[in-house]
Amino acid sequence: MDINKKYTPQSWPDHPETATMEGKNKFVGFWLLLAAESVTFASLFATYLALKDKGPSGMEFTAAELFELPLVFAMTMILLTSSLTSVYAMYHMKNHNFKSMQAWLMITVLLGASFLGLEIYEFYHYVHEGFGYTNSAFSSAFYTLVGTHGAHVLFGLGWFIALMVRNAKRGLNTYNAPKFFLVSLYWHFIDVVWVFIFTVVYLMGVIG
Amino acid sequence: MSSNAQKSGFGATVWDYITSVDHKKIAILYLMSGGLFFLIGGIEAMMIRIQLMKAGNDFLSAGTYNEVMTMHGTTMIFLAAMPLLLGFMNAIMPLQIGARDVAFPFLNSLGFWLFFFGGIFLNLSWFLGGAPDAGWTNYASLALASESHGIDFYALGLTISGFGTLISGINFLVTIINMRAPGMTYMRMPLFTWTTFVASALILLAFPPLTIAIFFMVFDRLFGSHFFDVAAGGNTIIWEHLFWIFGHPEVYILILPAFGIFSEIFAIFSRKRLFGYTALVFATILIGFYGFMVWAHHMFTVGLGPTANAIFALATMIIAVPTGVKIFNWLLTIWGGSVSFATPMLYAVGFIPSFVAGGVTGVMQAMAPLDYQLHDSYFIVAHFHYVIVGGVVLAIFAATHLYWPKMFGTMLSEKLGKVTFWLFFIGFHLTFFIQHFLGLMGMPRRVYTFGADQGWDLFNAISSAGAVFMALGVIIMLVNVVLTTVKNERVGNDPWGDGRTLEWAIPSPPPFYNFAQTPLVRGLDTYWIEKMEGNKEGMIYAEPLGDIHMPNNSFLPVVMSFGLFVASFGALYHPDDLPWTIPVIVLGLLITFGSMLLRSLKDDLGFHIHKEDLIKDREGVKTDGH
Ligand code: HEM
Ligand SMILES: [Cu+2]
Repeated sequence: MDINKKYTPQSWPDHPETATMEGKNKFVGFWLLLAAESVTFASLFATYLALKDKGPSGMEFTAAELFELPLVFAMTMILLTSSLTSVYAMYHMKNHNFKSMQAWLMITVLLGASFLGLEIYEFYHYVHEGFGYTNSAFSSAFYTLVGTHGAHVLFGLGWFIALMVRNAKRGLNTYNAPKFFLVSLYWHFIDVVWVFIFTVVYLMGVIG
Repeated sequence: MSSNAQKSGFGATVWDYITSVDHKKIAILYLMSGGLFFLIGGIEAMMIRIQLMKAGNDFLSAGTYNEVMTMHGTTMIFLAAMPLLLGFMNAIMPLQIGARDVAFPFLNSLGFWLFFFGGIFLNLSWFLGGAPDAGWTNYASLALASESHGIDFYALGLTISGFGTLISGINFLVTIINMRAPGMTYMRMPLFTWTTFVASALILLAFPPLTIAIFFMVFDRLFGSHFFDVAAGGNTIIWEHLFWIFGHPEVYILILPAFGIFSEIFAIFSRKRLFGYTALVFATILIGFYGFMVWAHHMFTVGLGPTANAIFALATMIIAVPTGVKIFNWLLTIWGGSVSFATPMLYAVGFIPSFVAGGVTGVMQAMAPLDYQLHDSYFIVAHFHYVIVGGVVLAIFAATHLYWPKMFGTMLSEKLGKVTFWLFFIGFHLTFFIQHFLGLMGMPRRVYTFGADQGWDLFNAISSAGAVFMALGVIIMLVNVVLTTVKNERVGNDPWGDGRTLEWAIPSPPPFYNFAQTPLVRGLDTYWIEKMEGNKEGMIYAEPLGDIHMPNNSFLPVVMSFGLFVASFGALYHPDDLPWTIPVIVLGLLITFGSMLLRSLKDDLGFHIHKEDLIKDREGVKTDGH
C-alpha cells in the first residue's frame, strides 16, 4: 500500500474501506468489537432493570417522577440526525469527495457535542435535585448505564476530530478510508444503544 | 525505523522482545510470564496443602489462608492457565493456517502487556496491605465486607488483564477469518486452530459481563455506588449471575484449546488421520454454544426456584453429550494406529481417564437435588481439579513438549519428560481422587482447618503427600528446560517425524516472516499429504517469491498498559482520602489515551523484506530481522 498514491473519483475503489488487507481486518475486527460492546450494554441494561426504583427505605426518587421526556426526546432527535449526517459523510467518502465528507463530519460532531451538552445538563439537573450517583442502587445503575453511553459519545467525538484534523491536509487514501468508515460505524452503534436507552430507561420509566 | 538493522547484546534482545509485534516472540513472552505465575500459584497450592496436612495445623492463620486460597485460584485461572494457552495459540495457530502473522500484530502485543501489568498489579497486593480473600469467585456479599485493599487489587488487576484477553480473542478471530492461506478452508483447519477459534469467540462474548461485574465492584467499593449493597436497594445476586455468565464459558475457554492440543497429539502419535474430524469440529462448536446456557448450575443453592434449577440442570447434562463424542473420536483415532508413546502422547493418554472422571462428577453435580449435598464441599474441589488439572494442565505440559522444538529449535529430554509425567500424573490422582470422599464425608471447601475428631486426618495427609509428587514433577520439568537450553542441540523442521500440519513444514524456529512464500493447501493435514506424495519441500506455493510486507515494532503497547496500571493505583487509594489519588487517575488515563491518540495519528506503514534477502535466507546466510 502506498500512502502517497493520489486517487481520483475514477480510480477510487468501490469499497475503499476494505480495499486493503489492513482494511479488511479492521472491518471484521470492528464488527466483533461491537459484538462485545453489545454484551457489555446488555449486562448494563439487565442490571438497570433489576435495580430500577430500588433504594434505601424511604427513597423518594422513582423513574416515573424523575424523568422528563421533552428534553430526552430532543436529545434523541439530535443523535438520530447525527447518525444520518454521518451517513452523508460516508456517501461522500465513497465518492472520493473529501471536502464534503469533512463538512458532514463537522456537522455530525456538532450534533454529537450538543447531545452531550444536553446530557450533562440533564445529569446536573438531577444531581441538583438530590439524585446523586451514590443516592441509591437505582441512581448508581442509572448513571452507570447512561453515563457509559455518554462516555462512548465523548470517545467517538474525540476520534472523529482526531481523524479530521490529522487528514485535513492530505485527503483520502486507502490507508485512512477504513478509519473514517469505522468511526462512523461506531457512531451508528452508539445511536442504536441510545434508542434502547430511550425506550427502556425513559419511555418505560415514565410509563411505569 | 530501520528494519533489518543488525543488533545484538542482551539489552538489545530484551528491548527487541519488549517491543516485538511478532506472534512467535509474543508467544514466548506469554510462556515465560504464564510459567512464572504458574510457579507462584503452585507455591500457594503447596501452602494450602501444608496447612491442611493435619488437623488443627497453624502453618497459616485463618485470614492468611483465605488470601492464599483466593490468590491460588485467581492466579491459576487468569494468570497461568489462560496465558499459557494464549501463548501456544500465538505460537502455533498462525503457522497452522499458513499466515505470516496475526491480523493485528500491534494489538497482539498490547494484549500481552495488559495481561502482564494486570497480573503484576494483582500480585502487588501481597506487599501493599494484603491480598484478596473472597475466593476467586469474589462473591459480592463477602467482597464488600472485606476490609483490606485486597479485593480492589483483584478488581482492578482483572479489569486490566481482562481487556488484554478480550483484545487477543478478537485478534485470533479476525486472523482465522481473514488470514488463512489459499485452500485452507474452514473444514481443512487443524483442530487446534478450530478450538482456538471457538475459544476466542467465547472470550469475545464472556469477558464483557465479567468486566461489567468487576466495574460495579470497583464502584461499590471505591466510589460509593450501591449495586450490591442490599441496604441501599442493591442486590448481591447480580454479581453471581454476571460472574457465572462469564465463569462457565471461561472453563470452556480453558478446556477447548486443551482438546485441540490433544487432538493434534493423538493424530501425530498414532500416525493416523483424526477419526471423525467433522464430528470433532461440530462438537467443539456445540460445546461453545451450550457453554453460555448453563451458568446457573453454579447457583442451584441460591434459591432461584425449582423451574430455573430444572432447566439449568438439563442444559448442563446435555453438554456432556458432545464432550462424550470427542472422547470416542480420540479413542478411535488411537485404535489401529501405529502408536508411539512419546511424552506428549503419554499426557494425552493420561488425560482421557482423568478428564472422564471429572466429567462424570460434573454430571453428578448437574443434578440439582444432589448438588445441595455436594455444593461447597471438597467434592467440588475434586471435580474442578479433575477437569482443570487433568484436562488443561496436562494439555499445557503436553504442548510444552510437543511445540518446544518448534518454538525454540531444541528438543526437551524425553527421559526427564517421562519422569515428570509419571510424578505429576500419580501425584495428581493421589491428591485429588481422595478429595471426592472427603467431600462426601462432609469436609467443606475454603475452610482453613479441621478438627482431629472429624476423621479427615488420614485422607488429608494422603492428599498433601500427592501434592509433593506434583511439585517434584514440575521441578524436574524446569531442570529439563535448563538442560535442554544449555545443550542447545538444534533440530530440523519436523522433529517428531510425523507432523501433519503446516507448522512442521517450516524451520524450527521459523524465520520471522514464517513463510517465504504463502503455501497452497490441498487438504486436511496438508503437510502429510505432501509428504505422502514425495514432495521434498513439504509444501506447494500459492505465489512466486516476492517482497514481504511486515509490521514495525512498537513500544506503545507497554506505555498504554502502564498508563492503566498507574491509574489503577489512584483508583485503589481513592477512598482513603488522600490528595493525590484523583491526579494519579488522570495522569494514568492521560498516558493511556495519549498513546492511543499517538498511535492513531502517527502513520505506521511497516516495512518490506526484499526478495533478495529471502533468497539469501533460504541459502542459509543469516539475515537477522527484528
Ligand atoms: C461434563 C462437563 C461438566 C459439567 C457437567 C460440569 C458441572 C459443574 C457443576 C454443576 C458445577 C457446580 C458445582 C457447585 O459449585 O455446586 C461445577 C463447578 C466447577 N466446574 Fe464444572 N462441569 C463440567 C466441566 C468442567 C470443565 C471442563 C471445567 C474446567 C476446565 C470445569 C470447571 C469447574 C470449576 C472451576 C468449578 C467450580 C467453580 C467454583 O469455584 O465454584 N468444569 N461444574
Ligand atoms: Cu459451570
